[in-house]
Amino acid sequence: MDSATLLGLAGVLAAAAPVLFAVIGETITERAGVINLSVNGTILLSAMGGFAVAVNTGSLLLGFLAGALIGALVALVIAFSSITLQQSQVAVGFVLALVCRDLSYFLGNPYMGASGPRLPSAPIPLLGDLPLIGPLFFRQDLLTYLSYVLIFAAWAYIFKTRPGLMLQGIGERPAAAFARGADVNRLRYLYTVIGGAIIGIAGPAYSLSVKAGWKGTISGLDGIGWIALSITIFGGWNPLRAAFGAYLFALLQWLGLVLQPSLPGIPSQVLQVAPFPLMILTLLLVNIGNAEWVERALARLPENTRHALARLLRSLRAAPPAALGVPFEQE
Amino acid sequence: MNVELRDIHKIFAAVHANNGINLKIPAGVIQGILGENGAGKSTLMKILSGFYQPSQGQILLDDKPVIIRSPADATRQGVGMLHQDPLDFPSMRVIDNFLIGHPGELIPDRGQAAAQLEAIQQKLGFSLRPEAHVDTLTVGERQQLEILRLLWLGVRVLILDEPTTGISALQKEKLFAALRLLAQEGKTIIFVSHKLEDVEVLCHKVAVLRQGRLIGEMLPPFNITRLVEMMFEKVITLGNRRSCCRGEISFRLNALELEDARLHIPGVSLEVQGGEVIGLAGMEGSGQALFLRACAGLVRAVGGHISINEHDLTGKPYHTYLEHGIAYLPAARLEEGLAPGMTLTEHFLLAGEARGFNIDWEQGRKVAQERIADFNIRGTPASPIEALSGGNQQRALLALLKHPLNLILLEHPTRGLDIESSIYIWDKLKERCAEGAVILFISSDLEELLQYSDRLLVFFSGEVSSPLDAERTTVEHLGQFIGGKGWAA
Ligand SMILES: Nc1ncnc2c1ncn2[C@@H]1O[C@H](COP(=O)(O)OP(=O)(O)OP(=O)(O)O)[C@@H](O)[C@H]1O
Ligand SMILES: [Mg+2]
Repeated sequence: MDSATLLGLAGVLAAAAPVLFAVIGETITERAGVINLSVNGTILLSAMGGFAVAVNTGSLLLGFLAGALIGALVALVIAFSSITLQQSQVAVGFVLALVCRDLSYFLGNPYMGASGPRLPSAPIPLLGDLPLIGPLFFRQDLLTYLSYVLIFAAWAYIFKTRPGLMLQGIGERPAAAFARGADVNRLRYLYTVIGGAIIGIAGPAYSLSVKAGWKGTISGLDGIGWIALSITIFGGWNPLRAAFGAYLFALLQWLGLVLQPSLPGIPSQVLQVAPFPLMILTLLLVNIGNAEWVERALARLPENTRHALARLLRSLRAAPPAALGVPFEQE
Repeated sequence: MNVELRDIHKIFAAVHANNGINLKIPAGVIQGILGENGAGKSTLMKILSGFYQPSQGQILLDDKPVIIRSPADATRQGVGMLHQDPLDFPSMRVIDNFLIGHPGELIPDRGQAAAQLEAIQQKLGFSLRPEAHVDTLTVGERQQLEILRLLWLGVRVLILDEPTTGISALQKEKLFAALRLLAQEGKTIIFVSHKLEDVEVLCHKVAVLRQGRLIGEMLPPFNITRLVEMMFEKVITLGNRRSCCRGEISFRLNALELEDARLHIPGVSLEVQGGEVIGLAGMEGSGQALFLRACAGLVRAVGGHISINEHDLTGKPYHTYLEHGIAYLPAARLEEGLAPGMTLTEHFLLAGEARGFNIDWEQGRKVAQERIADFNIRGTPASPIEALSGGNQQRALLALLKHPLNLILLEHPTRGLDIESSIYIWDKLKERCAEGAVILFISSDLEELLQYSDRLLVFFSGEVSSPLDAERTTVEHLGQFIGGKGWAA
């Protein structure tokens, strides 16, 4: 592999980090049975807010904390309106997605094009010197390392710990979780806010690292949140699968850039936008087994092929938490 | 553990669901609770297990007054309840279900938990695989899992709300053996049921509720006629078997071959006369539900033909089946058959012939009123469907059926219903047969299968028996056949 490609792929891992934060934050939220539809707005607002704080204080740490705080606050609004007021999560989340986006453009005006701090690259000694793996994984910045850890930590928490099992429980069947001692609504608050804080880190992950700076509407961040939402679904609410989706998306974006010079016939805008429909196409393919016409088409195939294909489609299919978006009333 | 309920009252907005109930249950006793639909049995059990707070009254455990704040609090104090629809997590594994809510260190030791699961289930004669997903289990197995879990949590009072409605005869025997064993160990068992024969063989003592009051208690030997009289204030007798077969073939299956993720049903051929009732027997998940859905046009057959009154319906869409007078009543009433949140009037409007664009509310209310009276539904045209008791929801479903129908497909038509409602529902169904409709129904209640069917099909892991004459089949024979005995290799 030539060094340019290697560098590019390392860039893919770094570029995927913010998406990963958003996707894993959303995965945790939805596992608890709450949909945080505001992701797109949250990312923009926390990118702007995190950048502004970092510029004013000169502290990267405070910048990231500000991002997490913004994410947590937006999530708190969703939790309050959906859990306490029992309003539609989708409606509230959607409005917040729009409001936060416009708010970020409006409040971010003074910081347009301002120069601010940027997370430095922090190669890990020894590991960074390994051939191939070193430059690919271990010459990144702190945030990218954190994103690796987050994938496995979230996965281990959800599937291997007692509170993680209960987290699955409250999103799956809150009544049963309640019968087993869970304070469903309090836990939903908790996970929505924690998930929101993690989503909120995605913002400064852009504005203080991957796409450092704030450029308002041309920051190129608009739309990422919607993709993060779809990757959450594509990832079957499992951090490992979701990570795969996030990396795939970053890879597609990078390919769009790399291929541009060799495909002069295709306008550059097409290549930039292509990852979005491609992601949606993947989503469709993954869930195609649900469709009746597929079942009918399969029925005509010879028995062995049919069984193999049906099994493959079933293993790809992932069921959402059964109580996703459904409020829970304790008697 | 000794349980005592003193003067328990529970008032829901307009309903006095429990009205001054006094009941003592000593340790080691299996206490039966009987009563018609809506008598207040579940409410009383939910009070004891912390789901509801009593409006008034006191609970004593081992002679000490206690307050039970929540279901989790109840388990801590040693009271566990098994709900008719098991309160578990279907998409998760057995071992995870076993672990959720069990106190302990952050990262549970799955190996150890599996070993403990194994130890308890060995004692009780259950055999669940820890790695199996709960949605692949039968209702009976899910119950077993809940019992194991509650025992692991250390409960000494086990409440079972209608545990025998959805399970096979074999599983019932296992359950009863386990309950007897637990009672011998000094655990208190409370067994709520509509099935007198179950109560008769299992319980040490029976209490009857009616309209929220405790009518009386009885010790063995139980006088069944007297019990029924206490439950319904009147004597109820099972009508005679009657057949409405008309002679000419109306519904025909020709080498129908079906398949889903787990099962393969090789060609079924069947000719059914107008007015005939066919009972579909078998352990849950043996293929009878798939078969019924295929007859309803909801599942596509991989081979063979379906026809009704000489119209070929093979491969046609669902609405064509509807047009040919085929109706399907699924077991999950609230999920698939009724629309929660809508009133009875709205249901009748939806089910009726659509004439014009505007809703004729006047007409709708009138129809609703008529049907409510006709089907003896306890409710008003404005009652939302989920506020009705199970028996009344079932009556509403029947009342929604169109006229005329050629084929009625039912899953567990009387599951969870008391004897009076069951008899009533079958009266209404037989009226349809007299008009020429064919009925195919699934039931796990052997008595019901034998009482109301003309012929029976038995399913065993995708195999389908040739039709049995219901009149010449006994409960014992049918039970063994369902359990897989007596099948030609
Ligand atoms: N949460 C509730 N809110 C209002 N009314 C209720 C509620 N739960 C039960 N009821 C009413 O209380 C009465 C007793 O209901 P309960 O469920 O205890 O009856 P049951 O004896 O268990 O009947 P079934 O045999 O049908 O299960 C019924 O009239 C029912 O409609
Ligand atoms: Mg009940």
